[in-house]
Amino acid sequence: MAETILQLTGVKTHFPITSGFLLRRHVGTVKAVDGVTLAVGQGEVLGLVGESGCGKSTLARTIMQLVPTTAGTVVLHGRNLANCSAADLLGARRDMQMVFQDPYASLNPRMTVFATLAEPLLVHGVCPPGEVNARVAELMRTVGLAPRFMQKYPHEFSGGQRQRIAIARALALQPKVIIADEPVSALDVSIQAQILNLLAQLCRRMNLSLIFIAHDLSVVKHISDRVAVMYLGKIVELGPARAVIEHPRHPYTRALVSAIPTPNPDVERSRQRIVLPGDPPSPINPPAGCAFHPRCPHAREICKAAIPPLALFEPGRDVACVRAEEIAEL
Amino acid sequence: MPLLSVTDLRTYFHTRSGVYRAVDGVSFSLDRGETLGIVGESGSGKSVTCYSIMGLIPQPPGRIESGTAVFDGTDLLHCTPAQSRAIRGKRVAMIFQDPMTSLNPYARIGDQLIEPLLIHEKISRADALKRGLAALDAVGINDAQKRIHLYPHEFSGGMRQRVMIAMALITKPELLIADEPTTALDVTVQAQILELIKKMQRELGMAVIFITHDLGVVSGLCDRVQVMYAGRIVETADTRTLFYSPKHPYTRALQRSIPSLQPKGAELYTISGMPPDVSKPIPGCAFAPRCEHAAERCTTTVPALAAVNATHAQACLRVQAGEI
Repeated sequence: MAETILQLTGVKTHFPITSGFLLRRHVGTVKAVDGVTLAVGQGEVLGLVGESGCGKSTLARTIMQLVPTTAGTVVLHGRNLANCSAADLLGARRDMQMVFQDPYASLNPRMTVFATLAEPLLVHGVCPPGEVNARVAELMRTVGLAPRFMQKYPHEFSGGQRQRIAIARALALQPKVIIADEPVSALDVSIQAQILNLLAQLCRRMNLSLIFIAHDLSVVKHISDRVAVMYLGKIVELGPARAVIEHPRHPYTRALVSAIPTPNPDVERSRQRIVLPGDPPSPINPPAGCAFHPRCPHAREICKAAIPPLALFEPGRDVACVRAEEIAEL
Repeated sequence: MPLLSVTDLRTYFHTRSGVYRAVDGVSFSLDRGETLGIVGESGSGKSVTCYSIMGLIPQPPGRIESGTAVFDGTDLLHCTPAQSRAIRGKRVAMIFQDPMTSLNPYARIGDQLIEPLLIHEKISRADALKRGLAALDAVGINDAQKRIHLYPHEFSGGMRQRVMIAMALITKPELLIADEPTTALDVTVQAQILELIKKMQRELGMAVIFITHDLGVVSGLCDRVQVMYAGRIVETADTRTLFYSPKHPYTRALQRSIPSLQPKGAELYTISGMPPDVSKPIPGCAFAPRCEHAAERCTTTVPALAAVNATHAQACLRVQAGEI
């Protein structure tokens, strides 16, 4: 693998739940991210998948330090962000940018495209004021927008174009890592393809690392080099994208893969779908042992006893299931 | 005789910024027990088609300009309110995309669930509650006895969608219209809900119209699929034909742009440009500006749906002329 640019070690993000108005009492903890260890290489595209509430967006926000880290370290370029000063953080954010899900909500409706794209350049002082115009025009061309739209407002653009503006804003500071949180799920199929192509192309051309968060496995498989599957705040499977999706090893990944409807009627009618019972459990009060055991078709007594660690299953492939070897033979 | 037959439906919205031709000449029919998928991007008119049939279009600004929707001998678009009330919610039911907003947050699940029974059938409250409990059991809600007295916020998204389905099916309708019922749900919950709709359909023998933008969902569920673009049907065929030998350039392009059908790393096929603005009259084929096969006459002549064979029809001038 290429040089590691971002290293997470034992990252935990917990949120306290309090009750009462004047005398706030601590009544519980939401363990949104609960012990994630992960490395992202230079130029690598890492897909992060999981259902809503599994902590994938919180993990993204933790990496960006938009929420405080409860424990563990987030090391970007040799600098630990989890405990550094505000000034250091500002510098670090230049190397790390985010693209959000909903381009209708993530752009300021009262700022023109020019103002939106010029703001990071001016805040970080990376561009002499005289060259801002040229730089904004260049950014717009990079993402496939004509610079003549510079003075328009977000409402004058379609969803796909707005997502292009959001990507241009993320690229403005020439970051090394981009975190895209469900960047295509609010878009139509034909527009999704345009944005996916753009992201893939930018990563190749600028040697960017991309953390691509999605719940749609087919999209993730298409764009990612490696995939991490999350369930209730933990990574349950990590490995090369094709291998994980074509030959999933963790029972949860298996169910997730089998639940994706494929646009192929013959395959769709003949295959056996693993339908999981129930809903994901609450991160306030996770089940003992493996968090997946209440829904798992392969659960045994030992699954309730201890939390399975993310362990090497085969080279390049980590699985957090005590029965992974047995299940693989089924 | 088909259960539902829609002919030349046109629903326009008259707004200050112009007349939006949301549905512009849609005709189709549906047999008893059949599952029809309606596929299209946002703004293609797939939901408005079904809202028009159900009489849920706010008028004004909407107006049904022309067309008929004959359900078992009654034209739903031109019948008296009393006739329409006897059919809607009893013989035709609908489930919506967002179970978070389509249940009343102030009413207990039980009260909402049995409301259609109390309205449409001569039944006592106690008997209706018994049927409500059975309906919740049938859609796989455990502990229905206790849960029937809860409020919607005490249920998860998947559970709420199950309640919606139980509510729609409690009067044993002959036709269920499902408007993107799984779009707001996670994939594992989506799988549960799709299996549930299939099971209930087998048990009740009802027809289903399934509206979605996800070709994958359609492929396993529907007998027949019609693809809509800019308020018109561009192609309709049985599911296998539509997936394995699509004829219309838009259907083909849509399939080519799905990531799961493409090898990893390959550039995804993209349809250039954007869906058309339906507030202006479109002189020719609405897809022509984005179509790689468009010819001169595509921008001037509106193509009509023409049959390829008994079950397959498409609306592309050049395919009809045998040029593609």
